[in-house]
Amino acid sequence: MADTSTIRGRKSPVTYVMRFSVIAYLSVLVVWPLYEVTARTFAPIERGAEGGFSAFLERLQDPSVTYAFQLTATCAFWAVLINTVFGVGISLLLVRYQFPGRRVLSVLVDLPMSVSPVVVGLALVLAYSSGQGWFGGVLESAGIFIIGTTPGLIMATAFVSLPLVVREIVPVLEEIGIDAELAASSLGANGWQTFRRITLPSIKWAVVYGVVLSLARSLGEFGAVKIVSPGAEFRGETATILIQNRYTNYEEPTAYAAAFVLVLASVLALVVVSLIRKPDHQ
Amino acid sequence: MTDVLVKPAGPARTSSRPSGLFRLTPASGIGLGVALVWFSVLVLLPLAAVVGAAAAGGWGAFWNTLTDAQTFAALRLTVIEAGLVTVVNGILGTVVAWVLVRDQFFGKRILDVVIDIPFALPTIVAGLVLLSLYGPESPVGINIVNTRQGIFLALLFVTLPFVVRTVQPVLIELDADVEEAAASLGASRFTTFRRIILPSLVPAITAGSSLGFARAISEFGSLVLISGNTPYQTEVASLKILKFIEGDNQAGAAAVAVLLLLVAIFTIVALDLVSRRVARRG
Repeated sequence: MADTSTIRGRKSPVTYVMRFSVIAYLSVLVVWPLYEVTARTFAPIERGAEGGFSAFLERLQDPSVTYAFQLTATCAFWAVLINTVFGVGISLLLVRYQFPGRRVLSVLVDLPMSVSPVVVGLALVLAYSSGQGWFGGVLESAGIFIIGTTPGLIMATAFVSLPLVVREIVPVLEEIGIDAELAASSLGANGWQTFRRITLPSIKWAVVYGVVLSLARSLGEFGAVKIVSPGAEFRGETATILIQNRYTNYEEPTAYAAAFVLVLASVLALVVVSLIRKPDHQ
Repeated sequence: MTDVLVKPAGPARTSSRPSGLFRLTPASGIGLGVALVWFSVLVLLPLAAVVGAAAAGGWGAFWNTLTDAQTFAALRLTVIEAGLVTVVNGILGTVVAWVLVRDQFFGKRILDVVIDIPFALPTIVAGLVLLSLYGPESPVGINIVNTRQGIFLALLFVTLPFVVRTVQPVLIELDADVEEAAASLGASRFTTFRRIILPSLVPAITAGSSLGFARAISEFGSLVLISGNTPYQTEVASLKILKFIEGDNQAGAAAVAVLLLLVAIFTIVALDLVSRRVARRG
């Protein structure tokens, strides 16, 4: 910050006490535990467990672990794809069009982020499980099973990350206004051309940003997925469920190895997001 | 980089400015229809099913579930822990934001990134991260498994960014002139903070705290490995729901879920109203 004001620039003992407290607080709460996870990943405390990078890679190549990561990747891919299409569409509708219930919808779209993941899972079960769900019977007679299958996992993942794309696009759409779009359509562009040539380029970075956030959230979803999944090895065990199962089964090294991969993924997402944010500010 | 992963102020809400709103064309009408159907299938119907399941037994059954001694103990513990965490976050979060905005020191940018890590990490990984330092084989000899302090620590970890990220932008925008004026009129630094700075931070602190509270109430993933789930001792609401589901008591699960849902809806509606009022005033 280019703040040169005399009052703000003055350093008192309080400044140093606060600086030290904040560093200590964040170290004890976040930094040290993160260091410890990394240490345990490459040097497991458990007796007989091998340390080092090759042992780490070996744990990840266990078939059940690769299955879990593949399943997680599949769910995240579809959830992000669905949310991106839905997010762009609903943002355009919310910002550009007038229809009854618009404000209610704009509040409701934000709801999924605030709902407890367990409640999300329970909600999907109560709606779609073939035993107890409202629509379970109908779907079952049509041969469709959602709960306990991959589509159910995708729905749970899509539910929890639904608002992320919308949240990014709506402010940008509001800021750019409609002048350029009106000009384009007055010059004879049709709706699709206006969207592709005018609107899309200006919301491009917001979409990318939202996609990265959704992807990070989807890869790490646990609660909702846990409720709708059978959660057994090779049967609906996603990466996060695998971490829980392995940890509680005293297979800590594998749990730590899988967790470390997810830590890396989320740190990577943070880095990407801050790189994208920069040009925005300039 | 004030809000990398956290967007607590929920900018998904569209402004109430009526300017620039088109009427629905047939094409956008179809788009709205498709979006609404998907949103209903994914979010609204399942949530309605939860409410339906909770209401199925009538008001008496709903009330009995919630006032059952064990369930009530879980709800009380959840509210108390979330409340404590919210108070600590309100104070420490403001201090952290203050240091990040006003202080200058080597490594400040790293701290700024550290704030976002708890939000970027998958919740189950967050639990594991804390356990690696404060778990059964803790290098510092602290074991938080199955203790209330453990729940407190986990909630503190996952809600860290909320207050920091809502207060930070407000602090950056604050006008230096007012502080200079107060100081030149003889106000001490403390008086300046209390009379000039704090009042303008209060809305942001409140918004951040309530988001953190809502998150703490519904937290699940980070507690699964830490809370031992002992009835009356360390059982929180979300884990109680899981226990109900596993015990095939869908009505019980739905009753607690409805309560969590109400807290979530109350929070986002309240924040929506507050942000609109602030926007109108500004």
